[in-house]
Amino acid sequence: MAIQVTSRPTPQVGEFSVSETSAARVEVIMARYPEDRRASGIIPLLDIAQRENGGWLSKEAIEWVALTTESAPIRVYEVASFYSMFYTEEVGEHVVQVCRTTPCWLRGSDALTHAAEEHLGIGLGQTTDDKKFTLIEVECLGACVNAPMVQINDNYYEDLGADAFKGILDDLAAGKVIDYGNMTGRIGSAPEGGPQALKDFDPSINAGKKLPDYSVPAES
Amino acid sequence: MLADQDRIFTNLYGQHDWRLKGAQARGVWDNTKAMVTLGRDRVIDLVKASDLRGRGGAGFPTGLKWSFMPKESALPHYLVVNADESEPGTCKDRDILRFDPHRLLEGMLLAGFGMGAHTGYIYIRGEFYNEASNIEQAILEAREAGLLGEKSEATNGWNFDIHLHRGAGAYICGEETALLESLEGKKGQPRLKPPFPAGAGLYGCPTTVNNVETIAVVPEILRRGVEWWTGLGPERNRGTKLFCISGHVERPCNVEEEMGIPLRELLDKHAGGVRGGWDNLLAVIPGGSSVPCITQDVCNDINMDFDSLRAVKSGLGTAAVIVMDKSTDIIQAIGRLAHFYKHESCGQCTPCREGTGWMHRVLDRMAKGQADVEEIDMLLEVSYQIEGHTICALGDAAAWPVQGLIRNFRPVMEARLSGKKVDVAEAMAVAAE
Repeated sequence: MAIQVTSRPTPQVGEFSVSETSAARVEVIMARYPEDRRASGIIPLLDIAQRENGGWLSKEAIEWVALTTESAPIRVYEVASFYSMFYTEEVGEHVVQVCRTTPCWLRGSDALTHAAEEHLGIGLGQTTDDKKFTLIEVECLGACVNAPMVQINDNYYEDLGADAFKGILDDLAAGKVIDYGNMTGRIGSAPEGGPQALKDFDPSINAGKKLPDYSVPAES
Repeated sequence: MLADQDRIFTNLYGQHDWRLKGAQARGVWDNTKAMVTLGRDRVIDLVKASDLRGRGGAGFPTGLKWSFMPKESALPHYLVVNADESEPGTCKDRDILRFDPHRLLEGMLLAGFGMGAHTGYIYIRGEFYNEASNIEQAILEAREAGLLGEKSEATNGWNFDIHLHRGAGAYICGEETALLESLEGKKGQPRLKPPFPAGAGLYGCPTTVNNVETIAVVPEILRRGVEWWTGLGPERNRGTKLFCISGHVERPCNVEEEMGIPLRELLDKHAGGVRGGWDNLLAVIPGGSSVPCITQDVCNDINMDFDSLRAVKSGLGTAAVIVMDKSTDIIQAIGRLAHFYKHESCGQCTPCREGTGWMHRVLDRMAKGQADVEEIDMLLEVSYQIEGHTICALGDAAAWPVQGLIRNFRPVMEARLSGKKVDVAEAMAVAAE
């Protein structure tokens, strides 16, 4: 029988630890996976570690995830470097992500990027001196009928114009809590000015109906 | 236009309460127990009889996919819902996740029951933070109400629980085996097939991966009757479909419509028509960025279903309709998509890793007019070398938009490139990038 040789350095977490709230969250997340599949928790735990570490993943934060999920540190490093939502270098307090893919581009995403560059005085991939903002362009964020749009930290700002965008950046710089979602008062993904479908429809008429008669076998 | 009473997603725009009570008022979770009582085989047979085809892009028959799951197995079975919606142009699942999460949960219960699974995972793209929050609350509500979990009475004793898993930003995780890798805590790199997930999927166990919309329509098909569903849409393309209309239309929107609706009717009735009128239309990408674009003469009388679009060398894909009017620089539009695929290639297969970057760089130069006319054929040739030569379909998806561009707009490209001499030094520098 071959002898399995593995070398796995002990994770060095240093000073890194998470708050009680996050520790409880870790328990909730790890309970979702089979007991012998703790590695499944790597991505959600990297997310927690990143939030606890000011928005980016230090070596210690990454190794804490390795320790918690009983994984080799290198496995966690390669995951952290693969996914675009993980930052392995320091970022600003607000990570401003302008969607640049074709559906947003067709409706003016370039203007948003230029507005942000001009307003923040930084280029793409850069962070402001006061560490408030990092500006990046990202690929499709999946809100294409509400284009153009940006994501700032966890929230989407949709149907965004350049002026409204600058206003948002000012508000965030001033530390204000602001509304996210649609910026023009549109209802979700319905067309501007109100939907053509489901206009005055009462969806409750679908409730409380009988099941069709399934006593006759279906042909498949 | 599809009648409102034939719509499944009656809270598509979030005008009503998305929580359990609101969902129940719309008929969600009605007769779930009776549907489970029909039995495993019967549920799958009914879905087969409905001709439901997967809504994630490929259009594979759903009932058939479910029937690939082994009947008896010592290993646990898993149902995984693909909520990693990232195909450019597509934003339909997002509305289900945030405004109608219970429809998805109920569908998962029926699908899970049909394929003998006790556990379901929802893999949602990490950027959908607020949507994930709604799903998580909906799961808690459903457990609390005894609809999910061990003690579920609503399921006639079938123990089924659902867990949420947030991704972290990678388009490739929408490919089912990359998704499973990611769910196991690894980089999202697609697996070689076979074995297919139904044989060895999540943790090596039998697994079925389905799109959000596919699963969410199942309860309503069973509840209203297979005949109701098959009465909608053309043969082999039954039912209703969520369409995402983006780009150069007057009023972009999501809407549920009957399969096979003429494209022009779809745009005119729901999205206010093409910006500047129908004659101002240049091209449409009818099914998300991965399918080739179609030109105005094809758009005039094309119907929006899998088979009709396939017949014109495009596809329904995710039914994300990206409209481009005559002001669009089509080379740049497709170039942006090429950049997308370059960014999202997982790097596993050489033709895709190198080819997507190559196509992007060439298209970038072409958009600026800094390429040679002969390079059009070279670009086409490169696209053929990527297509079909990779583990997953991302290579094909990257190649098709470029092929569609060259097939439909070669004169536009030639006009821009004619008489332009290539700056050799610059071309070399780019190649060495």
